Amino acid sequence: MSRMRMMPAINSALIEEMDRDKKVILYGEDAGISLLGQTTGLQERFGKDRVRDTPICENIMTGMAVGAAAAGYRPICHLLYGNFIYTGFDSIANQAAKLKYMTGGQITLPIVYMAVIGGGRSAAAQHSDTPYPALMNLGGIKVVVPSSARSAKGLLKAAIRDDNPVFYLTAGSSGKPEEVPDDDFILPIGKAEILREGNDITIVAIGPMVLKAVEASLALEKIGIHAEVIDLLSLLPIDEETIINSVKKTGRLVIVDEARDVCSAASHIAAIAADKAFNSLKSPVKRVTVDNLAIPYSPILEDQVIPNVENIVNTVRELI
Amino acid sequence: MNVNKHNTLDNLSDEKLVELYKKMLLIRKCEEHLSSATKEGAFPGAVHLYIGQEAIAVSMCDHLTEDDWISSTHRGHGHFIAKGGDVNTMMAEIYGKATGICNGKGGSMHVADFKKGIMGANGVVGGGMGLAIGAALAASMDKKNKVSVVFFGDGAANQGVLMEAMNISSLWKLPLIFVCENNQYSEFTHTSEVTSGKIVDRAKPFGIPTLEVDGNNFIEMWQASAQAVLRARNNQGPTFIEAHTYRQRGHVEFEYSFLSRTYRDQDEVNKWLANDKDPLLRFEQYLFDNSIIDNQKTEALNNEIDSVVKESVSFAVNSPLPDLSSAFNNMIA
Ligand SMILES: Cc1ncc(C[n+]2csc(CCOP(=O)(O)OP(=O)(O)O)c2C)c(N)n1
Ligand SMILES: [Mg+2]
Repeated sequence: MSRMRMMPAINSALIEEMDRDKKVILYGEDAGISLLGQTTGLQERFGKDRVRDTPICENIMTGMAVGAAAAGYRPICHLLYGNFIYTGFDSIANQAAKLKYMTGGQITLPIVYMAVIGGGRSAAAQHSDTPYPALMNLGGIKVVVPSSARSAKGLLKAAIRDDNPVFYLTAGSSGKPEEVPDDDFILPIGKAEILREGNDITIVAIGPMVLKAVEASLALEKIGIHAEVIDLLSLLPIDEETIINSVKKTGRLVIVDEARDVCSAASHIAAIAADKAFNSLKSPVKRVTVDNLAIPYSPILEDQVIPNVENIVNTVRELI
Repeated sequence: MNVNKHNTLDNLSDEKLVELYKKMLLIRKCEEHLSSATKEGAFPGAVHLYIGQEAIAVSMCDHLTEDDWISSTHRGHGHFIAKGGDVNTMMAEIYGKATGICNGKGGSMHVADFKKGIMGANGVVGGGMGLAIGAALAASMDKKNKVSVVFFGDGAANQGVLMEAMNISSLWKLPLIFVCENNQYSEFTHTSEVTSGKIVDRAKPFGIPTLEVDGNNFIEMWQASAQAVLRARNNQGPTFIEAHTYRQRGHVEFEYSFLSRTYRDQDEVNKWLANDKDPLLRFEQYLFDNSIIDNQKTEALNNEIDSVVKESVSFAVNSPLPDLSSAFNNMIA
């Protein structure tokens, strides 16, 4: 075990996987110097052949991942901010998500697309989106959203070894230091984790919202409400079983998600609960999400828009 | 196309030249304030400063009116001010206040004033390209001889959208001016490491006339701008200007709070800060050499601009924060 924050944990996963498999290559804008810290030191260690600084050209970056993967490599395409998934979206939606299927399964596409998501930094609307709802609607790709240093490491190693395009999306800040396993630590894609057990209500949280959900559950405990907190970790495939079993136990469900609400992971989870746990539900399923808005710059406005602990607590109290 | 050397600044009055100098000085001093205020944590968010590139925006915008359009980049304060944007509301925007030009919703990377033809700074590299093309299309349909200018960086020149923009603007003879500000860096990477060939040459196969200028030479940049704007106003189609310059500051202020190593030599930076390279100092020298300003006048101008900046900062600091409900309006009409 080592104590580390999220960006160093990501860095260690990249080093271990690139050491293990020569076919793993990584590229991105300023991947060498590393704007956000995930790729610090990789170019010095693995050389400029395997770790490349690209021009600013997201459409080619996302597309060439598909070509390189089809030709036998395991590319990691670093897109910096989640909003630049949009600039590279054509190849993601039209090639990465479909080429295997369209060609009758001739290829596998072991790609990792990575980016940071979410607001809270006064970076304004074009650097603060949480764009996974659009990705979840493509089919043909997996989406993982680690919430901590430990899950960041375990899921990245799994994503790199997966034979499908995997979107690997984390918060932009490194979060709290925590114990991260040093050995070959893998978290399976598609498996949620129950962070706190409880019988009164289930709170499913995603990525940067997980910490807030845990905080909310601590506050709720003080007033006698025992919430079960689920860290979803993977959005696609989604761990329906863990969600449904919990809802069957608690009879109530709140989903906390930093993406905009319409056609979101949160609304999808609500649909799953309506479909598969309807008879267990004692109250409406509630979503604590972002309204259909762009993320504003001024911190007091941003605080209005992004879910906080109070929103979660209040939503739960409305139900119980 | 060559820069027309005969078309000097001779036809500009002394007062006009001083006005232009003041505009460059205003941009410089606003940015210097923002640099030091960043370190004090005086406002939220990050700033990308225009210091060292002032001659480009000011000389180009001198040929434009409020009816013309510009689109800009993440490094957009200079373009905003040069095109006539109000400094007080720009500063208030960066401070995240209700009185900001975007009511505190956009911040540094989105300062815009559509009434003045400023389609705004932009957080997406290459994002201004489509906006400028669209405004040029509207201008060509209006037939009022309006023009549209897209300012973009050397880094943005590697986005595929530039090719699409060059093709369609040339094909449709749009009144568009491409201004590539080659400041030698794309974030923390030298342009040479991510760019093949010469950027200005990319326009040639599209039949777009090109001008390559020393963007730190105000006069040269002013002349090139005059030619390009004239062509656009006369319905002769787009012109592509590559202006060579240097990004004196980091990509973003305070970047060594997160970067793990340096990426350029201080010697290189110092070279570009010198009298013979810095665009503001060079223009100042030109005005000196032509006896348009003297030490006394320069001091007075500096004091004047200092007080403009000071006023904008106190306007920003003393302005109220946005009303909380404003987070939820403006999303759709
Ligand atoms: C589509 C997109 N990709 C990446 C980024 C991150 N980014 C912001 S500025 C920048 C470099 C821009 O370089 P250049 O165009 O030369 O402008 P300069 O900063 O030098 O003014 C990058 C890569 C972005 N904002 N948008
Ligand atoms: Mg540049």
